[in-house]
Amino acid sequence: MLSFRPVAALFALALLPAVSGAADDVGALRAELQALKNEYGARVDALESRIQQLEAAPAVVADVPPPAPEPRVASGSNASAFNPAISLILGGSYTSTSRNPEDWNIAGFPPSGGEVGPGERSFNLGESELTFSANIDPYFAGQLTAAITGENEIEVEEAFVRTTALPDGFTGKIGRFFSGFGYLNEVHAHAWDFVDQPLVYQAMFGGQSRQEGVQVKWLAPTDLFFEFGAEVGNGDSYPATRDGGNGLNATTLFTHVGGDMGDYTSWRAGLAWLDSDAEDREGGIADGAGVPLFETFTGNARTWVVDGVLKWAPSPRRQLKVQGEYMRREESGEIADGGVLLADDYRSTQSGWYLQSVYQFAPRWRVGARYDSLDSGTPRYTLSPDGLLSSDPERLSLMLDWNPSEFSRLRAQYDWDNARDAGEDDRVLRLQYIYGIGAHGAHKY
Amino acid sequence: MKNSIRLLAILMIAGVMPAQAALKVLATTPDWGALTREIGGERVDVYVATTALQDVHRVEAKPSLVARARSADLVVATGAELEVGWLPVLIQESGNSRIKPGAAGYFEAASAINLLEVPSKLDRAMGDIHPQGNPHIQLDPHNIATVARALTARLSALEPAQATYYAARGKDFDARWNEAIKRWEAKAAPLKGESVVIMHRDQAYLCHWLGLNEVASIEPKPGVPPTASYLGQLVNKLTAAPPKLILLNAYNDAKPANWLSSRVHAPAVVLPFSVGGSPEAKDLFGLFDDTINKLLAAK
Repeated sequence: MLSFRPVAALFALALLPAVSGAADDVGALRAELQALKNEYGARVDALESRIQQLEAAPAVVADVPPPAPEPRVASGSNASAFNPAISLILGGSYTSTSRNPEDWNIAGFPPSGGEVGPGERSFNLGESELTFSANIDPYFAGQLTAAITGENEIEVEEAFVRTTALPDGFTGKIGRFFSGFGYLNEVHAHAWDFVDQPLVYQAMFGGQSRQEGVQVKWLAPTDLFFEFGAEVGNGDSYPATRDGGNGLNATTLFTHVGGDMGDYTSWRAGLAWLDSDAEDREGGIADGAGVPLFETFTGNARTWVVDGVLKWAPSPRRQLKVQGEYMRREESGEIADGGVLLADDYRSTQSGWYLQSVYQFAPRWRVGARYDSLDSGTPRYTLSPDGLLSSDPERLSLMLDWNPSEFSRLRAQYDWDNARDAGEDDRVLRLQYIYGIGAHGAHKY
Repeated sequence: MKNSIRLLAILMIAGVMPAQAALKVLATTPDWGALTREIGGERVDVYVATTALQDVHRVEAKPSLVARARSADLVVATGAELEVGWLPVLIQESGNSRIKPGAAGYFEAASAINLLEVPSKLDRAMGDIHPQGNPHIQLDPHNIATVARALTARLSALEPAQATYYAARGKDFDARWNEAIKRWEAKAAPLKGESVVIMHRDQAYLCHWLGLNEVASIEPKPGVPPTASYLGQLVNKLTAAPPKLILLNAYNDAKPANWLSSRVHAPAVVLPFSVGGSPEAKDLFGLFDDTINKLLAAK
């Protein structure tokens, strides 16, 4: 019983200030109310006298725009009010191939190590793409795009900060981002017009070229669209590699020009130059019998990219889009096998292009065709084997998609795929779904 | 002496020239372009991003627009997320921080208006709904008057030295516009209470203004095209009580409206919807003259 006493005393002590505080509060509130009343009374008097003054001089009043209605204030000032915009892409496909996709390769090209080829057979969960974005402060905005793969891995596709307040048409980016060259390189997978990237992207960059570094872009103050961009990065993306040093192994320079032709047609064209350094990059070119000529490459790759796109939209329900890109890469350096130097004068020139067209013929329907063509060339170096043949892989794809709304898409694509060596042609059918939920994404041109 | 005075005058004018360069305005729709010209007169150089024959929901941030946004002093947009699919990219790509949302160079017409149809529940299963309310505000001329006053204030704030010029033009427009509203309202009085079928929610403000009675919508949900079975149900419903008119906009697909028109024996009227949507709708006055004329002619 005794033990309760201190507790009760504590309660009483705790309550005391609260009770007396409440009494104090009532008094204070009364005083405040009275003060408010007085203040408003004075204000009303002042306003009345002003109205009388204004009525005496009426002509001036009309020039003053009436106050805009109260801006609608975002409701709630809770902790989640500053949450970033979130969007999520759900996708997947069903794949049927006539050849085993495990032996898929692009004849005459070194394996690029990216997500290339038709993928696995049967149903496949695609990448679930999760994007967070928001302004950081008045000067910067940030974005993260993470891909949760069907193999239960999380991959950071892009994570960058960009400037929002630089003057004179400059913008900057820092972090990991898709390089700004070409047309398709910056486009996220869910916005592609076909299930996969063109062969030339798969061969030259292993899909999409990513920079981990810095980008600066400048847009000219002209009515013609004219942009220049420069990037430097660590070289984490094929054909470059990182090395042990402090070097910047990937440099990219690009420019785009664009405009309109009449009311219905718009276009954009671009040119880019990529300088990539590689150290002990794995994956060699194979000879005609499939035997690799070397294991690793150390040296320099220079790639030129020419891109162009034209869109014709004669009505809100019809659109024709034609695009194409040409790439040419020259590599020079050393090749080695099992750590043993084979040659230090290795040179290889490889090129490729694609041309595709997509036509929206009804509000919800689009049909497309794409042709891919590559030229592997033949590597040249001291002691290079005689009679090396060049390969010219090619592929034709047809696509049909149905878009019930802006946020959903079902697609069928059929490929005549001759990427492997001649005679090993593959037929690939893919059925794909892409759905978007969350924040309304805005797509680039 | 005379020559040197002339020279001095030329030099002075040349010195003043840059300060007098017109304000570069990028308007997202022909209506806001026309309104900016009404108030800005020769002080503004207006570029309009879209035409009346485009669907403003579905526009692309094409290079020509990015280039115009780069040098714009002011963006005049509808707001309320009407342009959400392309304007944010346009502003981002332009590298022009003067026209960022929140900056003085970014003007949203809808923020001056109390919007109709603010959804109480947000769910994309309900179709293409706009969280802040129906953004298609331009077909109620009272909204135009309100936006005109807000735009006058904004232009004056951007160029304080020209405030009297803008105020005078704004006042002049306001007077002519209010006069015109009276005329339109008198002329359109017989339309009040008439039953109409609309195509999309973008005709809601017109119906609200003229007191038209919306009995059905050809789109089952905003942005969702009608299916054959939905149209069938619509015919059944409307045959019992046929509407007076079926309204569609210049940019709409006329097929479903014409099909319905032949089934329920009500005329389908193609309205300009935006400045430039018909040969008569050359400016904002023409837009409303033509809209009311077409409605009355079809009635």
